[in-house]
Amino acid sequence: MKGDDFLTKNIDGFTHVLESIISTEDISRATGLLQSLDPRVKLVSFLLFIVTVSLVHSLPVLGGIFALIFVMSLASKISPSFFLKRVLIFVPIFTLVIAIPALFLTPGQPLVNLAGKVIITQQGALSASFLLLRVTDSLSLGVLLILTTPWSNILVALRWVRVPSIIVDIMGMTYRYMFLLLHSANSMFVARRSRVIGSFSGSENRRWLGRALATTMAKSQRLSEDVYLAMLSRGYQGEVRVLNEFSLKRRDFLWIAFSLVIIALLFWVSRL
Amino acid sequence: MHIPDGYLSPVTCGVMYATSTPFWVVAVNRVRKVLTHRTVPVLALFSAFSFVLMMFNVPIPGGTTAHAVGATLLAIVLGPWAAVLGVSTALGIQALFLGAAGLLTLDANCFNMAIIMPLVGYFIYKVISSNSEATSPRRTLGAVIGSYLGIVAASAAAGIELGIQPALFHTANGTPLYAPYALGVALPAMLVAHLAVAGPIEAVVTGGVVAYLQRTHSSLIKADVLKKKEGKIWLLWGALGVAVLATPLGLLASGTAWGEWGIDELKNMGLGFIPQGMQKLAGWWPAPLPDYGFPRMGAVIGYILSAVLGVVLIAFLLWIIGRWLSRKNTTKREASFKGDSSD
Repeated sequence: MKGDDFLTKNIDGFTHVLESIISTEDISRATGLLQSLDPRVKLVSFLLFIVTVSLVHSLPVLGGIFALIFVMSLASKISPSFFLKRVLIFVPIFTLVIAIPALFLTPGQPLVNLAGKVIITQQGALSASFLLLRVTDSLSLGVLLILTTPWSNILVALRWVRVPSIIVDIMGMTYRYMFLLLHSANSMFVARRSRVIGSFSGSENRRWLGRALATTMAKSQRLSEDVYLAMLSRGYQGEVRVLNEFSLKRRDFLWIAFSLVIIALLFWVSRL
Repeated sequence: MHIPDGYLSPVTCGVMYATSTPFWVVAVNRVRKVLTHRTVPVLALFSAFSFVLMMFNVPIPGGTTAHAVGATLLAIVLGPWAAVLGVSTALGIQALFLGAAGLLTLDANCFNMAIIMPLVGYFIYKVISSNSEATSPRRTLGAVIGSYLGIVAASAAAGIELGIQPALFHTANGTPLYAPYALGVALPAMLVAHLAVAGPIEAVVTGGVVAYLQRTHSSLIKADVLKKKEGKIWLLWGALGVAVLATPLGLLASGTAWGEWGIDELKNMGLGFIPQGMQKLAGWWPAPLPDYGFPRMGAVIGYILSAVLGVVLIAFLLWIIGRWLSRKNTTKREASFKGDSSD
């Protein structure tokens, strides 16, 4: 039943996003190693780690970084199966599929000769491994940062690294209304799903989808007017004021020192 | 089209960041001027919409589903610069929040999907629809063609970014350090996928939403809340000019575009024979500018001139189609008006 598939798939997708957002919020409020750090320190150190991942040219070092990330996730009380499921499933598998032809297409010295015709080159194998490890490392760093930092604290950190305040304000509000729109889109799909007995053709489904999207768009437009009036009546004058109650503690300085030493060590080892 | 971290070198990401920033600065200034205090709530709601739109599964033939980006749609309703900010924010939240795309490659993804895509899509939409009625079929057509070409242009940009990696960043023995495929593989692969699958999806979704909005919320189509004056279209022409000047980038690629081989190239590719029909038809159309170049002129200048000619030809064609469509529309309306008065 094609029509059912399409509606169910959308409902599943929306529910999955909402669910992962809620579980993220739960984890980010636990009391682990990374959760206890200042968000600004965390954002900067993780960006440095991601840059390191993209600069080192050694497979063992890239593997070592993944081990380090895994230990950090354990220290932050994230269940290992949850973490590995989240970082090892989608993107690395997708990258693996992309990387396989590189084994054969990259010119270079032959490494493995399959059936006399197909040749895996040394350069191809190295290149595919680089891509796979780099993608996995950077993805898990990103996921770890997100899992251990509540959204409002990420915004504080973004403001601190001088992202223009208008962008940060928009991001903050977008996050809030994203739930509302996701929820209302989800209700539309559930409503239709509960009224459908048979199935529709693909083109009918696409037409309905266009209408659903257009309705959601009109809804966001009307809502933006209401929200603006509500803000105005509460004294909004074009500037969002935020309380910044963060101050660096001793453990933040220790973390900075630790990160810098680790990064220097990684670069030194990769040069050996 | 989301490029994850690890596919692009940090140098490329830095360059993309420097390229995208001026667009964001222009967009913030422009949107602020028009919306003043409304900027934050309006953009927040539409960014949230853009985020939700990217989550929708669109059914495609074969029983599977795919996602649309919706950048051109946002540009049609909000104007191009607000769309730049709206889609950038949605991509930023995807990267920072869902961990779906890279943090370092965020600027490259924004450049492709939040800058190239809405600007190209909106430009084409504008050329086709010009000042027609909000309910005119010219606007639907413009939305369909604009969104199609917008996503194809974005995929070309992504293909170039990925394709230049192995030539620029490799170890001493030739091992590519990031995305492993050269321009001759990466660019056609991206283009074919978007010409054949993602492009039509984007076009159907954008066209469908615009057609429905025309019937039910036509004020949104020609709201002009954010589109101050049409006079600013010179900027879009400027962007197109940059794209035209960049066409010699194609010379970096070795080999012919995928699927555009000449007869002698086909033979060398190991086909061993030439399909008879191709041989027969080969001389039928004497292209005015064979291989996109003018004889006895530098390859770079030849490329640029061909691009200019192509752009002019396409603009002219679209203008003719637009004229024809709008005439059809007005005569229909006049006829129905006359019918009313005689009753």
